[in-house]
Amino acid sequence: MADAAEKISTTDARLGGLSLPAGGWSETARKDALARVQAMGLPERRDEYWKYTRPDTLTQADAVPAALFDNDEAPIFGEMERLNIVFVDGVFDAEASDDLSLEGVTIDRLAEAATDIHWARDLYGALETKGQDPVARPLAALNTAFATDGVLIHVTGNPSKPINLTYHHRSETSDAILHHVIRLDPGAEVTVLESGPAAARFNKCMEVEVADGATFHHVRAQGRDHERRAATHIFARLGTESVFKSFTLTANGVLTRNECVIELTGDDAVAHVAGACVGDGDFHHDDTVFITHDAVGCESRQVFKKVLRNGATGVFQGKILVKKDAQKTDGYQISQSLLLDDDSQFLAKPELEIYADDVACSHGSTSGAIDEDALFYLRSRGVPEGPATDLLTLAFLAEAVEEIENEDLRDEINDRLAAWLERHRS
Amino acid sequence: MLSIKNLHVKLEEEDKQILKGVDLEIEAGKVHAIMGPNGSGKSTLSYVLSGKEGYEVTDGSALLEGADVLEMEPEERAAAGLFLAFQYPVEIPGVGNMTFLRTAVNAQRKARGEEEMSAAEFLKAVRARAKELKIDADMLKRPVNVGFSGGEKKRNEILQMAMLEPRMCILDETDSGLDVDAMKLVAEGVNALRSEGRGFLVITHYQRLLDHIKPDVVHIMADGKIVKSGGPELALEVENNGYGDILAEVA
Repeated sequence: MADAAEKISTTDARLGGLSLPAGGWSETARKDALARVQAMGLPERRDEYWKYTRPDTLTQADAVPAALFDNDEAPIFGEMERLNIVFVDGVFDAEASDDLSLEGVTIDRLAEAATDIHWARDLYGALETKGQDPVARPLAALNTAFATDGVLIHVTGNPSKPINLTYHHRSETSDAILHHVIRLDPGAEVTVLESGPAAARFNKCMEVEVADGATFHHVRAQGRDHERRAATHIFARLGTESVFKSFTLTANGVLTRNECVIELTGDDAVAHVAGACVGDGDFHHDDTVFITHDAVGCESRQVFKKVLRNGATGVFQGKILVKKDAQKTDGYQISQSLLLDDDSQFLAKPELEIYADDVACSHGSTSGAIDEDALFYLRSRGVPEGPATDLLTLAFLAEAVEEIENEDLRDEINDRLAAWLERHRS
Repeated sequence: MLSIKNLHVKLEEEDKQILKGVDLEIEAGKVHAIMGPNGSGKSTLSYVLSGKEGYEVTDGSALLEGADVLEMEPEERAAAGLFLAFQYPVEIPGVGNMTFLRTAVNAQRKARGEEEMSAAEFLKAVRARAKELKIDADMLKRPVNVGFSGGEKKRNEILQMAMLEPRMCILDETDSGLDVDAMKLVAEGVNALRSEGRGFLVITHYQRLLDHIKPDVVHIMADGKIVKSGGPELALEVENNGYGDILAEVA
């Protein structure tokens, strides 16, 4: 009973400091979400789903301050043609953002769309609610209830350029809650980019409805700030022959928990989720993925690679659930870590739960060090130890990075990884 | 070119002496061959010279044009002009063969203070040399040695040698695992690189490779030492009579 009491007090303390945005079309969804998070209680260390990641700094009343991280690096995705949407410490920055009009898509700011009946009303919190079963995700319900900003993106066609969401971190104590809703009409296609540290503490939720035959590309680079903390959720629902591809690069960050919950509800849908993370020292990175196959002939891939050094910790919890009628499912899951020293650790919990009888599912998880023979081979050809180690490390990460379809984006991610490795050589 | 004196080497992990006083002088422009039974220390010599970990030099020296190679990191030895063609070339998944070659060529140039090769220049050079070794475009694109046959791996070693243009080439049992045609192709590649300024050390079990790469000097190694040196006829003697006679003679 002590546990329950503790849970209630943590939850009350956190919720007590927040106020529910009143009025507008999202009000009902927010009230329902508040009821959900109150019923569930915020995560505790004893919760099975939080066994490898301590939730306390994500659930306590105030964010732990995070020093601002200065670097002179050019902003990622900066060279590409794109529609920029900028948030500073979780607040939309109209000055820094582009005009939100673009052919094939309508974009509204959540905070401003609050007064009218809006297309997002049927989606806001709906996928998150669905994603609470069978595993509770209280931080996502908290997000739905209290999100103060975000964008509502309705993709009706094939916009000519990616939508680029940039999250700046300018205040050491910022505590941001953003909620985005993205809906792709049948046959529509869009690329959404995200980058930046966002805030000292960042709670972000993205709900994505991909209608029949639509294609969603997502490439994210989480900021290099050492002290930032983030809990993010992606909830996606896929229609017939739709495609969902998401890749995340994480470099540094004292705590990151990225949850991705995907439901394949239409036949022959495809979902790929990939991540490459590099951590040095005080770094904890958690990828928690739950993919449900609920239609025939769908394909899902989970490819997660982590490079860890100087006591960094990587976590992977990945599940493929194949429902009874989801025949001809093709499921693949791989999680691997490259441990560059003895102090770092990788904790993996791969799970398969299959109720259909005609499926092909595979999963694997490994931890390893740099291949000494390969390293010597490179050095014997004149490549010094540092660059040789970097080359082998990039090769290790390649399977995840190659999940990005667009070559320019892939190159950009590879360049960032190479630069990070060069800076973090021993 | 390469001057090895009284080289003593033991395994780092255990108290086992492998080389027990190797003396060897390889002049520029010459091809020396080392033959010897299994366990005589031939491969250890090649590893020690190229800087592989796990060995401890307990005595003696190895100088490459006067510079102490044993004091250098493996990459410094390479930049100084030493090249080892591996007996078992290593597979490196995820690293393209071209990327690997270009990184190596430019790393050596950089270390020597030379200008790096441009992408176009490099491509032209690698294509010409690959063609001679019958290495197709697909092999250049694939990850280093991954899925290569035994012959392809050895040809890839020679391609690296051709691109890196080392001054001292050590070939460690390059003939192992090769059929006659593949061996000919490899030998042609090596012969094309023979020049006045370049020394070769060819390590082999069998005389047959030496039919194709004609040595100037042949050494017999046994129990960690060079026990006999002579001309090409020494290799034929081994081919006909085995090592037994020679070892008995020097014992």
